Amino acid sequence: MKELRLMKGNEAMAEAAIRCGADGYFGYPITPQSEVLEYLMAEQPWKRTGMVVLQAESEVASINMLYGGASTGKKVLTSSSSPGISLMQEGISYLAGAELPCVVINVVRGGPGLGDIQPSQSDYFQATKGGGHGDYHLYVIAPSSVQESSDFVKKAFEVAFKYRIPAMVLSDGAIGQMMEKVELFEQMPRRTDEEVIAECGSWATTGKTPDREHNVITSLDLIPERLEEHNHKLQAKYKEIEENEVIYEEILCDDADYVIVAYGTSARISQKTVQLAREKGYKLGLMRPITLWPFPKAKIAEYGETKKGILVVEMSEGQMVEDVRLNINGKIPVEFYGRSGGMIPTPDEVLTAFEKHFM
Amino acid sequence: MAVKGKIVVDTEKCKGCQVCIPVCPTEVIEMSSMVNGKGYHFMEQVRENCTGCTNCAVVCPDGVITVYRVKV
Amino acid sequence: MEIIKSENLVYKKTSAMTDKELSYCPGCGHGTAHRITMEVLEEMGAIQDTIGVAPVGCSVLAYEFMNIDMQEAAHGRAPALATAIKRLWPSKYVFTYQGDGDLAAIGTAETIHACNRGENIVIIFINNGIYGMTGGQMAPTTLPNMKSSTSPYGRDEAMMGHPLKITELIANLPGVHFVTRQAVHKPGHVRKAKKAIKKAFEQSYAKKGLCFVEIVSNCNSGWKMTPNDANQWMEDNMFPYYPLGDIKVDGQLVK
Repeated sequence: MKELRLMKGNEAMAEAAIRCGADGYFGYPITPQSEVLEYLMAEQPWKRTGMVVLQAESEVASINMLYGGASTGKKVLTSSSSPGISLMQEGISYLAGAELPCVVINVVRGGPGLGDIQPSQSDYFQATKGGGHGDYHLYVIAPSSVQESSDFVKKAFEVAFKYRIPAMVLSDGAIGQMMEKVELFEQMPRRTDEEVIAECGSWATTGKTPDREHNVITSLDLIPERLEEHNHKLQAKYKEIEENEVIYEEILCDDADYVIVAYGTSARISQKTVQLAREKGYKLGLMRPITLWPFPKAKIAEYGETKKGILVVEMSEGQMVEDVRLNINGKIPVEFYGRSGGMIPTPDEVLTAFEKHFM
Repeated sequence: MAVKGKIVVDTEKCKGCQVCIPVCPTEVIEMSSMVNGKGYHFMEQVRENCTGCTNCAVVCPDGVITVYRVKV
Repeated sequence: MEIIKSENLVYKKTSAMTDKELSYCPGCGHGTAHRITMEVLEEMGAIQDTIGVAPVGCSVLAYEFMNIDMQEAAHGRAPALATAIKRLWPSKYVFTYQGDGDLAAIGTAETIHACNRGENIVIIFINNGIYGMTGGQMAPTTLPNMKSSTSPYGRDEAMMGHPLKITELIANLPGVHFVTRQAVHKPGHVRKAKKAIKKAFEQSYAKKGLCFVEIVSNCNSGWKMTPNDANQWMEDNMFPYYPLGDIKVDGQLVK
């Protein structure tokens, strides 16, 4: 029986965490995503599934609680927004280095600095290029609706545990705060301790039983030869993820001469622009990257051969546009239209920009 | 009814810190004039009236001393 | 008469310590503190139910020497890791092992809030008044006028602030059940410290609240002294500022 609800994006992500059978959430208040923690505290999932929920003293503490929990094989997540995510970067680098599965939700807001609380997409670089130190990647998946906000928390956990990699759900203030109808997936049972040990006991710190060596979770290795080898191992994992986990959506691209490339809220707006353009006889389509890392390189490269031009639309001063240009490799013009500081473009603005560049 | 003790030292792992020397109540331990593979003078039992009190073993930061004791 | 026979064995290094050679400087208290912690866990039969958290500092490699499941925390964050581990695995013994820079400088907030939440964990805090791993810099617990590589003319309290008595601070938090300050440079002290660590594990496991064991220790390289001189200097200078003994017992501050 379908379970439909009218919910905020933030609440849908919180409910999805409970339904994923998450073991623990550790977070800290910051607009525009405090509802995740508020919802969990009101819902008291420890009574429903035994899930632990804790408000930490800072985002730094939150991400390190995540590190502690993830090291034991438990399913843990946190959520924050841009400035808070910046505070988490060191912890995220540790999580990546120690190959720990977990989910970090970033409901992006205007920046840089304290910025504002309106929606933005100006954390793309931080999310996909690595905001912390060292060569690493996160699996980054970007919802553009409340439905996807729920579904992508589940997806993020799946990929995180499949590859032992931290996964980031990259939402924004609009999607986090808007209310939409959402169909909730069924409650997945939370693993028992024995199931966690069975699934992760070969590497996780679940208590050294006499039958095995002690498990150590660390990202430290003072021997450079070994650390380089470890880096090669991480890179091989990333290659495998790039080959298997890319997700994107195409709308009216087949016959399109020009394509808008946009994700999240920008994709929703651009979809309206495509409609307006079609009404004016322009053959325009929309391609929406859903996984921002792994980035849909092959599809973008293909446009370089088959399309006349690309307009990248972002709520930032232009970040994903660089990846698009990289993969178009100069074959066709790649133009950019963006609003920053928490401003949201309108469909007409985007249409005007398209016409200016290409018509 | 006296007790008699004896210690066994992992001389290779001893770092010659000498923290054990002043805690021996019967002063049976001293630093050897020899050095181990790392070039540290190691500790050794030089007299027989060890009582097996384990003081030296208990303060040894590297846990290199094993102690035996028997009632005689 | 052969004394060295297994039935006559009265002391040997616990198997709860690995056979790896300790990376600590000769005579450093870390090794002793490691050993008595592991001896306690072995005697309690808790090895398979213990998860430890190592800091960043000289004891960053504690997990190489402690033969239990352990995690390596970012600098200062061990109490946050331990908080999550204990809440996710309430049936485990969970402890952090931290130095003064880790716990009382960068990790101050994590220390205070884990204590304030009364997490049922043990914090073993090695106070040697200096940053050892990085080469002897001034730490929050460096004494007035005490020299270090970043206070080469002695700690000037007007410029660099006063030594931080973090242990007395957290003892005032209701969530903290047992607080004690010990040492490991003499046999008597080691035996007392071991009893204190055992009590800390037992009481935190019994959900009485956070148990905090400070061990005032030496830093021979950082203080630029031989181990025995350093231990003497510690008695003459550190102990007056950081007096040994129980500070809070059964949730009550010791008068």
